[in-house]
Amino acid sequence: MSDQYREAVESGVPDPFQYMHPVMRRNYGQWDWHERCRPGVLHHRSVNGDSIWTVRAGTQRQMDTGTIRKLCAIADEYGESHVRFTIRSNIEFMVSDEARVVPLIDKLNDEGFPVGGTGNSVSMISHTQGFLHCDIPATDASGVVKALMDELYEEFVNERMPNRVHISTSCCQINCGGQADIAINIQHTKPPMINHDLVANICERPSVVARCPVAAIRPAIVNGKPSLEVDERKCICCGACYPPCPPMQINDPVNSKLAIWIGGKNSNARSKPSFMKLVAAGLPNKPPRWPEVSALVKKILKCYQEDARDWERVGEWVERIGWPRFFEKTGLPFTRFHVDNWKGAKYTLNHSTHIRF
Amino acid sequence: MTKKQHDTPNLDQLESGPWPSFVTGFKRLAQDKPMMADLLGQLEHSYQNIKGYWKGGTVTVRGYGGGIIPRFSEVADKFPESSEFHTLRVMPAPGMHYDTELLRALCDVWDEHGSGLLALHGQSGDMMFQGCKSENIQAAFDAINELGFDLGGAGPSVRTSMSCVGAARCEHSCFNEAVAHRQVMNSFTDDLHRPALPYKFKFKFSGCPNDCMNSIQRSDMAVIGTWRDDIRIKQDEVRKFVMDKGRDYVQENVISRCPTQCMKLTKDDTLEIDNSNCVRCMHCINVMTKALSPGLDRGVTILVGGKRTLKIGDLFGTVLVPFRKLETQQDYEELVELAETIIDFWAENGLEHERLGETIERIGLTNFLEGIGVEVEPAMVAQPRSNSYARMDAWEEEAEKWRKRQAGKQGA
Repeated sequence: MSDQYREAVESGVPDPFQYMHPVMRRNYGQWDWHERCRPGVLHHRSVNGDSIWTVRAGTQRQMDTGTIRKLCAIADEYGESHVRFTIRSNIEFMVSDEARVVPLIDKLNDEGFPVGGTGNSVSMISHTQGFLHCDIPATDASGVVKALMDELYEEFVNERMPNRVHISTSCCQINCGGQADIAINIQHTKPPMINHDLVANICERPSVVARCPVAAIRPAIVNGKPSLEVDERKCICCGACYPPCPPMQINDPVNSKLAIWIGGKNSNARSKPSFMKLVAAGLPNKPPRWPEVSALVKKILKCYQEDARDWERVGEWVERIGWPRFFEKTGLPFTRFHVDNWKGAKYTLNHSTHIRF
Repeated sequence: MTKKQHDTPNLDQLESGPWPSFVTGFKRLAQDKPMMADLLGQLEHSYQNIKGYWKGGTVTVRGYGGGIIPRFSEVADKFPESSEFHTLRVMPAPGMHYDTELLRALCDVWDEHGSGLLALHGQSGDMMFQGCKSENIQAAFDAINELGFDLGGAGPSVRTSMSCVGAARCEHSCFNEAVAHRQVMNSFTDDLHRPALPYKFKFKFSGCPNDCMNSIQRSDMAVIGTWRDDIRIKQDEVRKFVMDKGRDYVQENVISRCPTQCMKLTKDDTLEIDNSNCVRCMHCINVMTKALSPGLDRGVTILVGGKRTLKIGDLFGTVLVPFRKLETQQDYEELVELAETIIDFWAENGLEHERLGETIERIGLTNFLEGIGVEVEPAMVAQPRSNSYARMDAWEEEAEKWRKRQAGKQGA
């Protein structure tokens, strides 16, 4: 048998019903309402009168099998052996017996898993791979998130923000972390450093030229070899050329900085979905705890918490008070880099006399 | 046999603090797995030099082209055991449901064939089995495949999809997310496993306009639940809510937050809603979870073209289908057919490394619609054009098409 090829079963996406909690399976599509009993706990009631309680806990996402087995042991002893994960890497334990909720929470806390992430809390940060596994990272992901969540722990286990806060991090300017109320993203500040000896052998030059958003790359012969050159006056230092052409090194321990963006919103609730906007850049990329980044995130969160109205997301809060006031309240400098000059930039300018004084 | 552990002064600092530490978990694995000991060494090396040390390559399983993220170390001379540290992307069940038996079985596979490091879940929506040598990839995949799981997408292909918890546990759910997710994705396994498209193509499924899957901003084709009839109101629950929170709270947090001002709190503490003006934003339903629910004439809105920055800047998905039912087998088949038409058109007309949204931006929405055979509708735009630079000599023809479609709707 061992030298026989096993043919892959192209089974695609598996059926979820086989793994679903039986109460969820039985009441599929028949839920009536929900309430949040306390931070980290949801209670859903179906039209059939069935109830299910969900206890949500934070995880480190990059888990060793020992941690996953520990979560399984908790689910078997204190839960009902069915769990699911959220888009933000929180684990959810579902139980049909309310009496299990408190012992389950106590056990999770004892084992070091924070219970929270529901309602108007700061939920787990959605993030990327970073130094751990990415081929183009300028910084780490899991470490930045661990450092920040240590600082924001109390905001995860409590629900005391005006509305939910989603944070993301990204370790290059492709921004795999995604849109968020607050996003912490790498912003390169220098053009790529090109190793001309390697370009011809490694890079498919026409596709690298095509990849550049500002047409700053052109073929060239350097030291007698075919290579690529960058018009540094045009280059926006985005790093798009680096993945298809690794000899065009964009990452720089000093000059790849961190930037903070706010006001991204996925939901259609109240306002339409929105993209996040730049508020600060030039923050140092400083492992292992990135202190300048967490200090600024906490400052923005504090202003939001003090000033926003109930249900306002970060972006909606700033829309109401206006951007001048946001910069005033946070004390952040407003620079020429805040003024967009990309496609559609004119739609981001103030074409009115609507100005708060 | 315990492998010599590297000094990790930077990573050690990430073991303190209240949030669960990935470093502590990695160190546990490193006791038995030389690969993880050297992985920790390389990660510390990255922390010290603020630089990444992984390169891609080509690794796959028999019969597939994608699904594995190959990683070869550039510092393998210092950390030889983790010189290959590939990831298998594996698609979870829609809604990411597990029982403990399954999770343990997945752990068993990974302890045997890989590093024991499992990310639940990656930004792509996959289980990420991280840390596998090239020689073990096939065996790891075979064992995972035996458990009923299949590889996800990577490269220029249809990618792993995501759907919210939806009908399994959410009263806002407006369609059967799990069935739609599987029906669509399992119609594209060839395009998923064998990358041959201009670039990535992502589907996401959100049960209601809260869009918990971020589908408008993160997917090429977003399927979002909605409804056409009236919001359901339990007036006795409205009265209880008003009694509990006070009229001012309801006025300030429900009535005045309605984006179309279509709600009114009456003198006797009940709600009146002008449903013809409701844009299904979900806010009032989110606030008054016991009193308000989506209507019963449910279906989906479909948007296309969302993506992040590269290359022309972030794009939102925009409306392609304002409403369609998604209940019968035929409805699901028509959804798959629409997706096939879109992907075929894009595969023909998209440039290399161009996402669907960028193709639409380049050729214009109306050309795209013509290409896939979908008629324009006013719900597709935030406003009609505000510049006159367009040639309109076919106006009467186009107007006639509209009149005919309207007459057809009235006749139906």
